[in-house]
Amino acid sequence: MSTLRTSRSARVGQYLALLAYLVFLAFPFLWLISTAFKPAPELGSLHPTWIPRDPTLANFRQAFDEQPLLQAAGNSLLAALSAALIAVLIATPMAYVMARHRGRLSTAATGWVVISQAFPFVLVIIPLFLVLKNLHLINSLFGLVMVYVVWSLPFALWMLVGYVRAVPAELEEAAAVDGAGRLRTLVSVTAPLLAPGIVATALFAFITAWNEFFFALVLLKTPEKQTLPVVLTHFLGAEGVADLGPLAAAAFLATIPSLVIFAIIQKRITGGMLAGAVKS
Amino acid sequence: MSVETATKRSGGTAAAGERPGHGRPAGRDHAAWFLVLPALIPILILSVGPLLYGILLAFTDAQSGRTQATRWVGTLNFQDLLHDSLFWESFRIGLLWAVGVTVPQFLLALGLALLLNQNLRFRWLARALAIIPWAMPEVVVGIMWRLVYNPDAGILNETLRDMGLGDGRDWLTGLATALPAVILVGIWAGMPQTTVALLAGLQNTPHELHEAAALDGAGAWRRFRTVTWPALKPVALAITALNFIWNFNSFALVYVLTNGGPGGRTRLPMLFAYEEAFRYGQFGYAAAMGCVMVAVISVLLALYLVGRLKGDQDR
Repeated sequence: MSTLRTSRSARVGQYLALLAYLVFLAFPFLWLISTAFKPAPELGSLHPTWIPRDPTLANFRQAFDEQPLLQAAGNSLLAALSAALIAVLIATPMAYVMARHRGRLSTAATGWVVISQAFPFVLVIIPLFLVLKNLHLINSLFGLVMVYVVWSLPFALWMLVGYVRAVPAELEEAAAVDGAGRLRTLVSVTAPLLAPGIVATALFAFITAWNEFFFALVLLKTPEKQTLPVVLTHFLGAEGVADLGPLAAAAFLATIPSLVIFAIIQKRITGGMLAGAVKS
Repeated sequence: MSVETATKRSGGTAAAGERPGHGRPAGRDHAAWFLVLPALIPILILSVGPLLYGILLAFTDAQSGRTQATRWVGTLNFQDLLHDSLFWESFRIGLLWAVGVTVPQFLLALGLALLLNQNLRFRWLARALAIIPWAMPEVVVGIMWRLVYNPDAGILNETLRDMGLGDGRDWLTGLATALPAVILVGIWAGMPQTTVALLAGLQNTPHELHEAAALDGAGAWRRFRTVTWPALKPVALAITALNFIWNFNSFALVYVLTNGGPGGRTRLPMLFAYEEAFRYGQFGYAAAMGCVMVAVISVLLALYLVGRLKGDQDR
């Protein structure tokens, strides 16, 4: 489209529209940061400003005093890391089969990937709760990790299938002709080419688990087991009366890991979606 | 996922036939099973199993912490549900919310995707910012917007005061404003996925056709109607359908923003079912709600997709 001439007024209009989008997308986050650094008296005053008049770190200190944030962050990290690692470990072989074989197995797997997007969690969470209860995995991070693994599989499979298809099957066939065994081919030809895609998928699964709320809310009962999103809601208090400063500070901190990782893999995620789209 | 479904519909049939050399039977299939099993077992235990179990539960009187054995009650839960006006009110709110979020979300995302597809400066910045809502934990999105909507310390009311538009109000607790306020957050939160999917679709539209149409003197709107939209349509259909499902099933955002209040005005079906199951312990009844939600949404989506595809053929 770039080669088409666009009139000057149209261009100005486009930039104005883009600016409007930028403001709409960015302002809530900027406001969160602004609130996080405001001292309590300023938050109580009727005329809040964008730039804190008297910036402070007190909110952060208070946030750590009020809720077990460090422990919650540790729980989140443990759950998200394990879930991401297990997810790619079991999803990669399956994605390979789905990409390379056209059998009933692949069809069924693809069907599950699509259907699993549609059913409401409430239909799954009750039986899941009962199943995990029978396995004594309620209020256990291990139980939560298992749920996260399965829950992140559809998107992981979808991304990985795209990456596997991007590796030409001819390469593998050539290696086979050269006498490499099947396992050898997979390990020394396919795996290195897939590595960047696997890393991106793992990071995405990490963010998904790090951000997740519903399962954690239902499955984790005691504060010392709970993950960061659940602990964040404790700041809200009973009747929605919240201490805004510490609330904003804690929320801001909880977002940083996701934002950093997302910045790293942003291109790969959009690229991954494209890969799957182009090579059907 | 969206894009995959979309391309399946448009180009899947062609691709299925052209795979020579693959699917050598027997030996390969065993290897395939071996590779699939590590993922298949957890999927069966924690996804497919619970789904079927959940459907069965809907026909029982299962409750939390009860000592008696759970009994089959046939369709009793569904009969009760039929007369549960609170549930249907919640269902109505859920539909309002899902449509109210999905439609503007799609239009806004389409506009943004078209802009990002242009050769504008600062495009990189917009692309990076457009992703932010996607990366954030939903709980944080909720908290963030509570700060924006806060009656005293919030930026929304302050801006209104600055512009001389009155003192603003308490958006999230007002009976009339709560649902629209929550819907706006839903739109904001879901824009990135939609934009990325549409952008992917746009980048697949034939460039040459665009130029040819421009040479023929077609204006921007006509070019969009005749070249861009037909190519984009499968993606657009898929992403709106998925968004609708996701939005209807959404939980964390509204849980944090209003927890269903004021007076149930924002009590989405998911919140309703969650309370029924984990606050009142009515597992069977809540499972029945889940079944009804799935059934109604499936029917609505089928009608939507069939209607759209039919509209295609008629033209």
